Amino acid sequence: MANTEVFWAKLTNPLVRQNPVTLQILGICSALAVTTTLDTALTMSASLIVVIVASAGIVSLIRHHIPSTIRLIVQIVIVASLVIVIDQFLQAYFFDISQRLSVYVSLITTNCLVLGRTESFARNNPPFVSMTDALGNGLGYALVLTIIGAVRELFGTGRLLGQQLLPTVEQGGWFQPLNLMLLAPSAFFLLGGLVWIVRSLWPEQVEPSEFEAPKAGETGP
Amino acid sequence: MSGSGDIFLRAMFVDNMPLTLFLGLCTFLALSRRTESAVGLGIAIIAVLGITVPLNNLIYITFLAPGALSWAGYGELDLSYLSLIAFIGVIAATVQLIEMLLDRFLPAVHASFGVFLPLLTVQCAILAGSLFMVERRYDFVESVAFGLGSGAGFALAVILLGALRARLAYADMPDGLRGLGIAFIMTGLMSLGFAAFAQMVAI
Repeated sequence: MANTEVFWAKLTNPLVRQNPVTLQILGICSALAVTTTLDTALTMSASLIVVIVASAGIVSLIRHHIPSTIRLIVQIVIVASLVIVIDQFLQAYFFDISQRLSVYVSLITTNCLVLGRTESFARNNPPFVSMTDALGNGLGYALVLTIIGAVRELFGTGRLLGQQLLPTVEQGGWFQPLNLMLLAPSAFFLLGGLVWIVRSLWPEQVEPSEFEAPKAGETGP
Repeated sequence: MSGSGDIFLRAMFVDNMPLTLFLGLCTFLALSRRTESAVGLGIAIIAVLGITVPLNNLIYITFLAPGALSWAGYGELDLSYLSLIAFIGVIAATVQLIEMLLDRFLPAVHASFGVFLPLLTVQCAILAGSLFMVERRYDFVESVAFGLGSGAGFALAVILLGALRARLAYADMPDGLRGLGIAFIMTGLMSLGFAAFAQMVAI
């Protein structure tokens, strides 16, 4: 049935081919800050998926009643209310993780990914398609966060989700933790490398060159 | 006074918004392709952060902080959970207001800002400025220093990256790395460089 295929495409396309983080530069602000350990990365991904799916559903349900002049404000208020709910929920049930995430949960409000999907897709489409599209984009974001979070935690501390996988030198093992992995620059390097890998595997994502190098032997202007 | 000076320098170099706190990266990377657009974005950010952080500070202290409403006889109320919505409303309104004022009185400046001003409503760095102000319990003078300092830090970083990327347009590099990939790696290198400032302000 063609309909199922449309939904399936909406769900799987943003995972790699249209990945919101590596291709469209959306939502990286929070993607990098919370990835020092895998469990904060997973919490952040789960919160974002809940917010983006729910806000896409709500915006799409009331899409015929929002005057287009104030649509941004309406969307921001909807997203902000959902984020407050998530934030209070995390503080109530996962207090230590919410302390480590600090302001970044609140910053889902201004995450370009959420507003980008509600503004460009949910505003013009029926609820079920919008929510599938939002879920796909949320999963694409979660995929990048999980990869970077896992690499940073594994090589920065030798642990994964708190389990010691590589025995460190202090504990009599062989693994020397790479402290750089826990600092800010490594997140940029890893994401840059990830973009490189993705674009080498899917060359259609490569950005066009702005400047053609002159051929050998040719004289400049 | 030395306290606010320290806060200014710390916000500008040590806790640099895009490079060490990863805030506002979407616009940071999207608008740093050209040096001119990077300069416009930098100035707009300084203006908006310098205005909204102190304004949100006043609102938080008068209405939202625990026990702040005691002047109205509601001393037991704690409205701090509403701060997110209040801040985003203030930011959206301020940005709109600045845009209208500039359009009316300084059309040349307005034209040079172009599309950057409305974009700043949904920019993480702006909202984070107000949220950090609450988390670190700054008073009014300190929040002025913090707003201006983090704005200046963002402007510095984005202009530097804009200049670097303008040169990189002529570099010959692997296809997959061109554009976004190399921008991330440059940002990482700049972030390493800014780590050297960490010892500069002793607090």
